Amino acid sequence: MEFLDFRWDIIWNYRESFIRGIWVTLILTICGFIGGFILGVLLGLGKNSKKKWLYFPCKLYIDLFRGTPLLVQIFIIHLALIPTLFGHSLGFMVSGITALVLNCAAYTAEIIRAGIQSIDKGQMEAARSLGLNQFQAMRKVILPQAFRRMIPPLGNEFITLLKDSSLVTVIAANDILYAAKVVSGAYFRFWEPYLAAAALYLTLTFIVSKVVSLIERRFSIEYNPRKNKNEGRVGA
Amino acid sequence: MIKIENLHKSFGELHVLNGIDYEIQEKEVVCVIGPSGSGKSTFLRCINLLEEISDGAIYIDGTKVNDRNTDINKIRTEVGMVFQQFNLFPHMTVIDNITMAPMLIRKMNKHEAEELALELLSKVGLREKAYNYPQQLSGGQQQRVAIARALAMKPKVMLFDEPTSALDPEMVNEVLDVMKQLAFEGMTMVVVTHEMGFAREVADRVIFMDGGVIVEEGKPEDIFGNPKHERTKAFLSKVL
Ligand SMILES: Nc1ncnc2c1ncn2[C@@H]1O[C@H](COP(=O)(O)OP(=O)(O)OP(=O)(O)O)[C@@H](O)[C@H]1O
Ligand SMILES: [Mg+2]
Repeated sequence: MEFLDFRWDIIWNYRESFIRGIWVTLILTICGFIGGFILGVLLGLGKNSKKKWLYFPCKLYIDLFRGTPLLVQIFIIHLALIPTLFGHSLGFMVSGITALVLNCAAYTAEIIRAGIQSIDKGQMEAARSLGLNQFQAMRKVILPQAFRRMIPPLGNEFITLLKDSSLVTVIAANDILYAAKVVSGAYFRFWEPYLAAAALYLTLTFIVSKVVSLIERRFSIEYNPRKNKNEGRVGA
Repeated sequence: MIKIENLHKSFGELHVLNGIDYEIQEKEVVCVIGPSGSGKSTFLRCINLLEEISDGAIYIDGTKVNDRNTDINKIRTEVGMVFQQFNLFPHMTVIDNITMAPMLIRKMNKHEAEELALELLSKVGLREKAYNYPQQLSGGQQQRVAIARALAMKPKVMLFDEPTSALDPEMVNEVLDVMKQLAFEGMTMVVVTHEMGFAREVADRVIFMDGGVIVEEGKPEDIFGNPKHERTKAFLSKVL
């Protein structure tokens, strides 16, 4: 039966493409996430603001990027925005990372906003009543608590981004999916390369989800009375 | 020390405070009583501008609080506040809860701040809980920590908004005792409370609020012993 007649050697022959693909996928995802996170914090804070001139642009941005497909965003950025700004393409890496940063920012902004709003407003009042200004209260009291609650949804966002980064293949990024495409083009076989790509993505998302739950556990230690590392330092 | 002139506060269409004039002297303990929804919390929260004032003026030590040129953060460092729900910071140990603001705002170094915190914790009887997290403490203990946290800024005035209302009955006294001690030491205090016994014993003056105005105010023995207004009588007959 054709189905069982897998030829894994063709994957092995192209192992370098796949390894490069893993790196490209990781770089796209990690850069996209870090950039998206930073921009997302600003947007999320802006969307939480009572100042209308801050709130509305942030809301507009978030709605635009969440309301349109990432694939369309990639095309606009790669084929229209960057050539218009710079006169020529800057390659798939720049376009890809830009698209992922901008897209991820919209989603993290919502996570940040929801995380901040989930903190009881008494916390902000207590901080302000001690004389902290808005910024100090955010930094010392609200964000440290909110970030803990944001870890699981941020982890999900990272995994989503990792998978969505495969869309950058359409602008010829040589990521994992691209490696599979090359193999399938060379051998006219489709099962092996795409199953290999799927397996690689699955492995990466599995590792990420393990890391996320590790981080989650680490940050919740202080909340757990039984694991309180300062216990016993009574009156020290 | 605190002077309130024609204070108005509305939330949209809802007029919660309808012209309050009052003056609080240094070292005075003023208890605010009145039915639910009468605006007691709002009144208290206006004093340190946790609520924006709609009209009127509040002066603390001669400085107008609701003035664009006043640094409200500076004012708040002088006005301690204790909340019904404690509002301790759950991600910090007890001692960090107390040292955070003095280190950040008063620029105390860690050593000084911790010394001060331990001293205040001894004062509220919780020195041995310094390195616990708030959720490891009982309600009464948490509220005493909250008092210590406010005191660490060395405020000139302390505001209490029903500090014992969220507590189990057996924990009320430990908190009231700390407050009595504070009053005895000469702290200026404004206390919104349903603890009539405390008001009677500790207050220099008692304010009865209803419908967003001060209906009656005076010495506790007068308010409790010989109330003049019908509304005060009706309220007291229900709670005493
Ligand atoms: N942020 C707010 N927005 C709208 N209305 C509010 C707000 N805060 C308070 N109010 C309203 O103002 C009125 C007075 O509230 P306040 O909390 O000052 O009463 P209180 O005397 O403290 O009552 P209680 O004894 O129940 O605490 C209430 O009708 C309340 O619903
Ligand atoms: Mg109240």
